[in-house]
Amino acid sequence: MMKLPVMLAVVATLASAGAHADETMIRMKDGPEVTTLLANCSGCHSLDYIQMNSRFMKRASWEAEVKKMVSVMGAPVTEADAAKLVDYLTREYGVAD
Amino acid sequence: MDRRSFVRGIAGGVALAGGQLLLPRSILAAGLPSGALESEELYALPGKQPLIKRSFRPPNFETPVAQFSDVITPNDRFFVRWHLAAIPEIDPREWRLSVGGDAASAPFELTLEQLQRDFEHVELVAVCQCSGNRRGLSDPHVFGVQWAYGAMGNARWKGVRLKDVLAKAGISKDAVEVAFNGADSGALEATPDFVKSIPAWKAMDENTLIAWEMNGQPLPHWNGAPARIVVPGWTATYWMKQVVNIRILAQPLGGFWMAKAYRVPKGKFATVDRFTSQDTPENTPITEIVVNSLVTNVTEGQKLKAGAPLVVKGLAWDAGFGIRSVDVSVDGGRSWQSAELGADSGRYSFRPWQYVFKPARGRYVVSARATNGLGSSQTDQLIFNPAGYNNNVVQRIGVEAV
Repeated sequence: MMKLPVMLAVVATLASAGAHADETMIRMKDGPEVTTLLANCSGCHSLDYIQMNSRFMKRASWEAEVKKMVSVMGAPVTEADAAKLVDYLTREYGVAD
Repeated sequence: MDRRSFVRGIAGGVALAGGQLLLPRSILAAGLPSGALESEELYALPGKQPLIKRSFRPPNFETPVAQFSDVITPNDRFFVRWHLAAIPEIDPREWRLSVGGDAASAPFELTLEQLQRDFEHVELVAVCQCSGNRRGLSDPHVFGVQWAYGAMGNARWKGVRLKDVLAKAGISKDAVEVAFNGADSGALEATPDFVKSIPAWKAMDENTLIAWEMNGQPLPHWNGAPARIVVPGWTATYWMKQVVNIRILAQPLGGFWMAKAYRVPKGKFATVDRFTSQDTPENTPITEIVVNSLVTNVTEGQKLKAGAPLVVKGLAWDAGFGIRSVDVSVDGGRSWQSAELGADSGRYSFRPWQYVFKPARGRYVVSARATNGLGSSQTDQLIFNPAGYNNNVVQRIGVEAV
């Protein structure tokens, strides 16, 4: 019923929104793709979803999850960003093949 | 020390606003993925006691095992599970329930007052358990909310029979399924709405309810206020929270949440209730809760006092066939003794049990195994499935008497 605006300015949103203030405690592992992660993922869910699903996913599994977010959940992620996300998730939150 | 553990170190040393505490290592469940252990914390949502945070948004919080000391799970300790992040606060006076669908001849809309006034009230005690409870213990691990033991609770639900409401809507003989939609939605328009259906025969079961009360109080916001569906014996995916729309369908419901999610491979689980209208050659929707038990007062690594009696306590439950017996082993499953069953609060309820054990000096492995009225029991080995459902593996809790 209720639709929230897509929150692309996630950092600003998290800093100001009381309801989600506690997400500010979440610290993701550093990497050049972190801005891409914030821009593409945090609009719909907190990033602890990624943390708790580590470390046991191989590249193919992270690829499948990113693909699901796009094709099933409707996340508007470009192919270039999706590739960056898979690299980051596999490297920082995944396991080797 | 990386930046993250540094932040957590600070958090552990000082009290933080918002009810946040670091979880003592002693109450962590063994077997969760390392990232789940690192990202969990005790956190109190508004109106709730501190629960174990799995994710903030959508909110997924589980009940710590020690809080299952009572047969009824208090409302403020009851687990929280949402799929989509936009969860409106609903004024009960503004709430409307529409009932219709292509197999309903007399669709109508109800206020909460009308629901409470026009239909007979029913109360029952039933376990609400997430399909993925214990998913985090799957070996190998599988993607999803990494629940340990606490994505479940037992409450006294008060409401009306769904079948009475469906009868008023003129449910036809062609009805195959009854679908429920809640008021929640995703942050994006494109995200599939969380809509779930159950077979018409299950919807017409006299125990399936539309409930507005839980343990004598209005439903907490986080548990589906002002009204939710209660499907005793079946996993919580069908217990639609904040239900606003019920459709009686002549055709099976489609959509991601039915067609792709909440499915188990065919033939792996000996379930009684079948959801045949949703069957595919490969898989079938999850239905009933598998027989299970939980030891509630003994933790891994606990030191016992040699020679002093320990009352091992726990709960057992199943899909409503009733708990016939609970056996306890303290030697890793080599020998089993009968536990004493406590009061029976109904066939859909947790059943308490206890077993008195007087350890001599040494190491022990404590296990419990429940058997239901059909003779079904828990498994020693995980029945692996890709979504980590139906985990009723017998616990093995190592303790030492000194």
